[in-house]
Amino acid sequence: MLTVEHLTVNYGAIRALNGISLDVREGEIVALIGSNGAGKTTTLNAISGVLPIAAGTIRFMERDITNLPPHQITASGIVHVPEGRRVFPRMTVMENLEMGAYTCKDKEAIRKGFKEVFQWFPRLEERKRQLAATLSGGEQQMLAMGRALMARPKLMLMDEPSMGLAPMLVDEIFKIIRAINAAGTTILLVEQNAHLALSIAHRAFVLETGEMVLSGPAAELANNPEVRKAYLGE
Amino acid sequence: MFWQQLINGIALGSTYALIALGYTMVYGIIQLINFAHGEIYMVGAFAALVFVMIFKMNIFLAMVLAMAVCLLMGVVIEFIAYRPLRRSSRLSALISAIGVSTFLSTLVLLIFGADAKGFPDHVFPVVQIHIGSAEISSLQLLIIGISALLMLSLEFIVHHTKIGKAMRATSQDYTTAALMGVNVNLVISFTFALGSALAAAGGVLVGIYFNAVSFNMGLMAGLKAFAAAVLGGIGSIPGAMLGGVLLGVVEVLGVAAGYSSYRDAIAFAILVGVLMFKPTGLLGQKIQKKV
Ligand SMILES: Nc1ncnc2c1ncn2[C@@H]1O[C@H](COP(=O)(O)OP(=O)(O)O)[C@@H](O)[C@H]1O
Ligand SMILES: [Mg+2]
Repeated sequence: MLTVEHLTVNYGAIRALNGISLDVREGEIVALIGSNGAGKTTTLNAISGVLPIAAGTIRFMERDITNLPPHQITASGIVHVPEGRRVFPRMTVMENLEMGAYTCKDKEAIRKGFKEVFQWFPRLEERKRQLAATLSGGEQQMLAMGRALMARPKLMLMDEPSMGLAPMLVDEIFKIIRAINAAGTTILLVEQNAHLALSIAHRAFVLETGEMVLSGPAAELANNPEVRKAYLGE
Repeated sequence: MFWQQLINGIALGSTYALIALGYTMVYGIIQLINFAHGEIYMVGAFAALVFVMIFKMNIFLAMVLAMAVCLLMGVVIEFIAYRPLRRSSRLSALISAIGVSTFLSTLVLLIFGADAKGFPDHVFPVVQIHIGSAEISSLQLLIIGISALLMLSLEFIVHHTKIGKAMRATSQDYTTAALMGVNVNLVISFTFALGSALAAAGGVLVGIYFNAVSFNMGLMAGLKAFAAAVLGGIGSIPGAMLGGVLLGVVEVLGVAAGYSSYRDAIAFAILVGVLMFKPTGLLGQKIQKKV
């Protein structure tokens, strides 16, 4: 579904990604793990088009999307839930969700989208007239995910959904991620919390300072001694 | 006396507000002070003058067409002078803006000469209307009425249309707006279009009010409107409206109190004061560092 080949991204003179490759198949949850600064966020930003690509190709659903502007990539069915949630602070919950459906022209589909999002996240419905800035961290994460779902994505890129959340909330969010996937959305999940990511992913890739060092079925990686030592704290 | 000055101040301030909106909207989205904005206002006044004098149009039609001319001009200026510099330093864009501003005022100077021009007397019938001890002229009513109408329309666009919501989203988080599928380049063009059309309306109204249109009228008006935008909180649309009207009122009251030689200094004293003591202005948001 998504194929990234030999992707290289630079920040000025600094090389952040050095020719990495990865692929995501339809229906999967694929985890991209790695320590802080490995290049995980950079990878997602390059896929969604907000960072210029120095070399490599990105294909999505048989189509070359390398170097397309972000709004066209979104319209093609990839939606990115960015690191740090990035909700629109001075817009209400409703308006944030409407922004999620920006590329959607079908009013009926948008109405259905609201209904579904409020089923996933009843808390958002209770707070729908509130400004996003007044929500708690967990609610903002729900809003960021709900906003992405409003676009009815085929592939959802999620950057550290567990960041800064209490353990109970993290469990709740991950349950929902699994359910969203079961309902038919493919997911590329970036996490520093490797344990958590490997527990819900089908396959995983391990990134280390801009290089892809390992990949394979999540269960296999979870038993790999190197991974256990470096990322699972053993 | 006070009420009279208040009316005069609100009329003048409404025109500052119309110009200030363009500064604030553009800044809100791309953090650029569009120093050519005052010249767009000046071109708006000249365009209407040409439509009235040469094409013998009615002033309202002339104003609408002047707004259309400036709308296009704003879009073109952004496209050729600012867009190529989007990823360069802010200083480059600022210098480019000053270049555009000099180009426009020199061009108008070459075409129309250095003398101030005026609209014909009959362009809008001026009658005085008494309210209590004060009086308001039909011209002031026109200025306040049209400004209010334009500002209400702007509020409507920004809050209730899809492109308006995209504008707000882009100004709150540029990158994330793009991730939502917003074509940010289109939003930026649209912002320049709106701001420039409002400035043109301001230019036409001021041209009629003072019966003077000149190639350098954009300089002082632009600087004052910029001060008004900072006073209201740069980036804030209601702030620009409030800042403009407030600045007009303070300026007129200051002149009435006998400080007429400081007329133009008042705006800059306010600008310096705001920047020193409350850089976010009256209604501005905390300046967030954007990634
Ligand atoms: N805007 C930037 N400018 C310069 N360097 C950056 C920028 N963003 C990230 N980097 C660098 O790129 C590398 C990868 O960062 P990032 O993709 O954010 O890592 P991760 O998400 O895995 O923590 C890091 O070394 C980081 O310092
Ligand atoms: Mg990151």
